[in-house]
Amino acid sequence: MSRKPPVLPILLGVLAMVAVIVASFKFLTTFDDKMAFKSPVRSEASVEAAETPRSQALRESSELAAAKELEKPYEEAEYRAVPRIGSRVAIWIVAQLHLLFAAFVLAVPIFALIIEFIGYRTGDERYDKLAYEFTKLLSASFSFTATLGAGLTFMLIILYPKFTNYLMSVFSPTFLPYVLLFFAEAGFLYSYYYGWGKFSPRVHLFLGLMLNVVGTALMFIANAWLTFMSTPAGIAESGALISTWDAITNYTWMPINIHRIIANVAFGGSIAAAYAAFQFLQAKTDEERAHYDWMGYMGNFVAICGLLPLPFAGYWLASEIYAFSQTMGLTMMGGAFSWLFIIQAILIGNLFLFANWYLWLGMGRIKGAERYRSFIWPMLVVITICFAIWATPRSILSTTEEVQAMGGSSHPMLGYLGVMSAKNTAVNILILTTFLSFVLYRRSGKIPTVSWAKQANFVQFLIFAGAATTVIGYGIAGYFVDAKTRIGFSVPQVGSVLAALVLVTLIDVFLLRNAETAETNWGKIRPISQYLLIMLAVTFTWLMGLMGYVRAGLRQHWHVFGVIRDTSVDAFTPSLGFATKVVSFTVLVFFLLIGFIFYLTGLTNKKSYQAIKDLTPRDVPGEPQVTPGLSAASSGATAMNAASGMPAGASGYSAAGHDSNPTLKT
Amino acid sequence: MNWWVLIAFVAAMLVLRWRRVGILTWVAAWLVGLYLVLNYVFVVPVPVSVIKIYMGIVSLSLFAFVLTDSQRMTEFWQPIQAFVVEPRYRPLLALVALAIPALVAFRIYADMTATPQAPFFARTVHPAPPDSIIVHDSELALGTADNPYRDLETSNPEEFKERLEKGRAVYYLNCFYCHGDLMAGAGMYAHALNPIPTNFQDPGTIAMLREAFLYWRIAKGAPGMPEEGGPWQSAMPAWESFLTEEEMWNVILFLYDFTGYQPRAVELH
Ligand code: HEC
Ligand code: HEM
Repeated sequence: MSRKPPVLPILLGVLAMVAVIVASFKFLTTFDDKMAFKSPVRSEASVEAAETPRSQALRESSELAAAKELEKPYEEAEYRAVPRIGSRVAIWIVAQLHLLFAAFVLAVPIFALIIEFIGYRTGDERYDKLAYEFTKLLSASFSFTATLGAGLTFMLIILYPKFTNYLMSVFSPTFLPYVLLFFAEAGFLYSYYYGWGKFSPRVHLFLGLMLNVVGTALMFIANAWLTFMSTPAGIAESGALISTWDAITNYTWMPINIHRIIANVAFGGSIAAAYAAFQFLQAKTDEERAHYDWMGYMGNFVAICGLLPLPFAGYWLASEIYAFSQTMGLTMMGGAFSWLFIIQAILIGNLFLFANWYLWLGMGRIKGAERYRSFIWPMLVVITICFAIWATPRSILSTTEEVQAMGGSSHPMLGYLGVMSAKNTAVNILILTTFLSFVLYRRSGKIPTVSWAKQANFVQFLIFAGAATTVIGYGIAGYFVDAKTRIGFSVPQVGSVLAALVLVTLIDVFLLRNAETAETNWGKIRPISQYLLIMLAVTFTWLMGLMGYVRAGLRQHWHVFGVIRDTSVDAFTPSLGFATKVVSFTVLVFFLLIGFIFYLTGLTNKKSYQAIKDLTPRDVPGEPQVTPGLSAASSGATAMNAASGMPAGASGYSAAGHDSNPTLKT
Repeated sequence: MNWWVLIAFVAAMLVLRWRRVGILTWVAAWLVGLYLVLNYVFVVPVPVSVIKIYMGIVSLSLFAFVLTDSQRMTEFWQPIQAFVVEPRYRPLLALVALAIPALVAFRIYADMTATPQAPFFARTVHPAPPDSIIVHDSELALGTADNPYRDLETSNPEEFKERLEKGRAVYYLNCFYCHGDLMAGAGMYAHALNPIPTNFQDPGTIAMLREAFLYWRIAKGAPGMPEEGGPWQSAMPAWESFLTEEEMWNVILFLYDFTGYQPRAVELH
């Protein structure tokens, strides 16, 4: 039995409540009115005339305040605060976003130009198209970079006026060139982009080259400002300027220039690959899938090329920081930030693992690559071991009991894996293995036809083995020598790896001349590979954010290390946990923004609205098509779906289509 | 090292390989096996945080191992699928369904009844030293200073030897109670201290430090530690109150000589 809701009582209740509220309000105000002082005479004029002591005091004090306002001397503000989150976090996020976009905008022209050049030399149209596709991502990103840069500048001036003023005084001669270069960058960028196929190839290549030159110069100038803050030079102890040139060429300027160029290329490549993956996953036709698969592959190739030399650049940077100030070096590697380097190590290990994994998955699209399948698991084992060593912390996060048991904050056995010798060895072997993956991938697509192929393979094997032995040998020897010699050992280690890279590539060039090309089915790759590409891009971005925090955080409570003290409320180093949150937030925002750019860029590939309307229904793109490679790959998942949708073979349901499902044949 | 655990692990894996077990069993065996190895092979237990890192890395690699090969992936899923779908596994499936909340419950129980633990010990073992210190009224710039007697090693080996002997005396009169007769941090007082005295034989201590850094640590002791070097209950005394500058430099010479390590050199640009 259903009861009618008692409408009337409810309505009455509401009304009553409103009435009570109004009544009590009225009562209170009246009551208040009664209590307040009222001059006995009610005419306006007489109220003014008969000034009570209270109103007199009120008037006088407000007059006094007004007079004070007028006399107030002008004071330079040292800091201004952003409400709630504070200045530091605000400027941190904006600067980080600006850097991420800038890195992307600087990186894409580098490899777009190289790819265009390859297309020009080989006459292969595909390369030209690919380079153009990469360049398309630039134009919206460039505006974002500029906007964020302007935002950063305003925020610096508003939030840190005094310090910004100081930086300006040291670097005043650099600002005008910066603006001019920025102008030139815009000019070259847009003429490179819009002039695609409109200029003669040489002129166009020249535009691309200039775009790169100008972009690199821009970055070098900006790097001077920020490296000066960490490792100042060219100034007196008071901070007074002695030489702007010395201030520019401070300790970490060149190492950061180099580390950033390389890291930018790696980052840019991975973001472009993520774009390709994003389009691949949405692609409706085999043709599109083939194109974006190839684009993703090329992007990832660029990223790996950047990844391989990065550790060396990183070590150089670290040693310069150490040379500048023992304090800063120790803070970084042994002190407050050493925990962060564990995270860094894990992220970098991930990068290597994912990059290799992607290459292995990519072998699936090549006919005849099966013969290299048995190489995969040993490489995986090597990578896992190196990754584990690379991520073994020197001083371990442990409970008091664990510390007591270990006899210190390093483990008596694992401690041997945490020192520099082990780490150098691990990262060099990681690089070699990644390179080997790549060589095998190439080899699976091309079968050498030259008569000396066997011997060449053997020599290449010897080179790999020799480099690995050198690396491991020096790694072990490193435990038995003093610190300085040990640091020196990294030179032959790196040298042998680089030599192996160069020699093997050289042999490959001659070996694979006129090679038989195996059929490569672009687009026939398992979708998981595309998620890997996206993961790579996210990891890179995160890593950049975290390392930026290290670089800036190393200054601790200084604006300019050792010279200009940070006296604001934010003059403490944010905790690692907090920093991770801010960086994660920034990465999230970055991907939302870049996702928007991807979406916009994707629009330019679409047919115009009118063209779609004019299509006959038969031509509508996006008809589901069965792609053999993909359906094979996802058959596992399909089987799962089919199985879970139909829990029991016993139910008697047995459609013909499902009979092919192995699990249901019981 | 408990070699038996390691040998048992290898033997078990070999047997599994020889029996050609399914990929799912193989992956599970690796995970469980490595977990046991990490926990029980080392006499000195490996801290939980490191085990977590290692297990994470290995899981990721196993994941890659399975997913790189479509055949392997199918093989991996088939038993799981069968387990979920096939009627003959129903009772087991029901057990698993019950086990999951039971595990959660157990976890909560374990958390509630755990003995209270001191929080993680994130002490910075080698904090950044100040730029300069004052010991016995003379100032020393730590960034550039070196052991004033280090040169004697080549220029005057006789005097160097003498100084080593003096350093030895200083060490065995003052330091070995805590740092141990073999400099392995196992002196007679060591067990009562937290943090425990530094093990100088460990390649991660004096072998990677400069002599000036040691001088600072010896002269200023625990009271001279900067903030991130806390907690401050370190028992390391400030030896400037008991030893002369010369004695402190001598004992540093002795520390390196005895352990066979070389100090990190000052890098000049
Ligand atoms: C009461 C016990 C005790 C005595 C005695 C003692 N130490 Fe220590 N020492 C410690 C403890 C505990 C630590 C580790 C905690 C710390 O770093 O403060 C330590 C740390 C050190 C370190 C820092 C090593 C590093 O890796 O940073 C040096 C150097 C050192 N001691 C030298 C000496 C010398 C030299 C003597 C004798 C003159 C000496 N100690 C006597 C307890 C002691
Ligand atoms: C495989 C090894 C490495 C990779 C992949 C890597 C990657 C990166 C990336 C992507 C950035 C951001 C660059 C940018 O802002 O444009 C970066 C910055 C940085 N890296 Fe590395 N790096 C590696 C090794 C190292 C090492 C060994 C160190 C030193 C201990 C180091 C120290 C730094 C620092 C301090 C920065 C901040 C620079 C800045 O943004 O101003 N890196 N790294």
